[in-house]
Amino acid sequence: MKRPPALASAVDRGLAPFRGRRAAGLLPQARLGGPMPWVIAIMVALTVVAAGGALALSNMVSTASGDLAGSATVQIIDPDAGQRAAQVEAVQDVLAQDPSVEGFRVVPEEDIAELLEPWLGTGEEVEAVPLPSLVDVELREGSGREDYARLEATMREVAPRARIDAQSDWLAPVLSALSALKWMAFALILMLGFVGAAAVWLAARNALGGNRKTIEVVHLLGGSDDQIARIFQRSILLDAVIGGVLGLVAGVLAMSLLARQFGALQSGMVAGGTLTAIDWVLIGLVPLFAVAIAVYTARMTVLSSLRKSL
Amino acid sequence: MSTREGEIVQFDNVGLRYGTDREVLSNVTFSLYSGRFYFLTGASGAGKTSLLKLLYLAQRPSRGAIRMFGRDVITLPRDKLPDFRRRMGVVFQDFRLVDHLSAFDNVALPLRVSGVREADLREPVADMLEWVGLAHRAEARPATLSGGEQQRVAIARAVIGRPEILIADEPTGNVDPEMAVKLLRLFEALNRLGTTVVVATHDVQLLRKVPDSLIMRLSKGMLADPTGALRYPPRREGTVGESV
Repeated sequence: MKRPPALASAVDRGLAPFRGRRAAGLLPQARLGGPMPWVIAIMVALTVVAAGGALALSNMVSTASGDLAGSATVQIIDPDAGQRAAQVEAVQDVLAQDPSVEGFRVVPEEDIAELLEPWLGTGEEVEAVPLPSLVDVELREGSGREDYARLEATMREVAPRARIDAQSDWLAPVLSALSALKWMAFALILMLGFVGAAAVWLAARNALGGNRKTIEVVHLLGGSDDQIARIFQRSILLDAVIGGVLGLVAGVLAMSLLARQFGALQSGMVAGGTLTAIDWVLIGLVPLFAVAIAVYTARMTVLSSLRKSL
Repeated sequence: MSTREGEIVQFDNVGLRYGTDREVLSNVTFSLYSGRFYFLTGASGAGKTSLLKLLYLAQRPSRGAIRMFGRDVITLPRDKLPDFRRRMGVVFQDFRLVDHLSAFDNVALPLRVSGVREADLREPVADMLEWVGLAHRAEARPATLSGGEQQRVAIARAVIGRPEILIADEPTGNVDPEMAVKLLRLFEALNRLGTTVVVATHDVQLLRKVPDSLIMRLSKGMLADPTGALRYPPRREGTVGESV
């Protein structure tokens, strides 16, 4: 019988951390694998769509708010065309002298008629309907509600039938609704993150239970909690990377489809919801976050479970 | 609790109970010395496995003090325990081989856990498998090995890291008498290389096969000396047990 081999020299030559393929081989992959990549892929796809939607809505709200912030429309509603024209002249004088006004434009009657054509139609009867005169006003940057109030008061002195509407006022409920949708989308992302972490937690606990005997042996052979946690981390990392890539592809495809559908609406407001390069980078980070959350959750689950043993 | 020269394990008035049941081990006091061969014997249910679990740090005692390699292991932080476990080799009664790993990978496991590089462990593991007569079964899974072969893989795994102390729980319980003697010779060979060996067995015939061994007898959870031939707790001069 030969002497048992001496390992001291091998140990002296250097120690390598117990990780990588050899360490991962301790757990049969199917235990943590199986449906996990698909669960992560679905989570990532939903998160990508939610993130894309939230960012698009955010851009839409921000663009619309910016466009409308300094815009107002002066309406002069007077059935007498002569009176109406006189008031328009007077309003133009006031606007030209007001320091908060950047510029203005009287909307031609033809444009107004064209605007109303879908509702009123054309013909002599329609021509008999008195249309209001409109003046688009662009206020200087930084103008606020007090400027609108002052302008309206000054105009009222010379044109009693003039009414000024800040465009942001009538669009405010729409913007508010879009903003609420945006925050809901962000909340959805958070919830998806929690659900994803919970799924990993369950999978890791299940894998721990299924591999309890092996883990106990590794522990008794001198394996540390960190080494065991790394094995699970690696396993979930592979699942999360596969799921993350699949989810990103599926999510981006879904977003492209939605973008095409919304693009067909040819609405100016929807066009304001175009994603920027930074938005695309953020969307690209979704799978990375998913991988980080999955790995961290798996590690914490395994470590907290191992701490209960000696 | 001071440590005498050569003393690697020291149990002082150790008690162990599971939950609220009565103590399975009571007032256990003994010392193990480096390079000696010990048998732990006693009837089934005497507490041998429980005592071994305390030895290989799978269990904390309910009371008393345990020192190993000069350190109090009861108050030792959890993250320090792996270092102590790596200094031991354990042959479990039920082998506890990892089912989906080959014999080679099972034997290599302690080295991998200790961080030995792949390039550095191939030769020692192959040598170890040859030493236990299983070089030809290196790629076999435990399920395809006989009881005796599994036992030898378990022993190879326990000794591959050249532990300072080898703890074996009924290592001959599942093998025929001829294989039992062969396995015992493996332990003796290892003991001659300086490893302290503790073998738990209820087979009294086995005790006679290692002439220089020391015997610890457990009875109803207490270290007993019913014949007067054994001396526990250890004598002041440091001798533990007595040769048979």
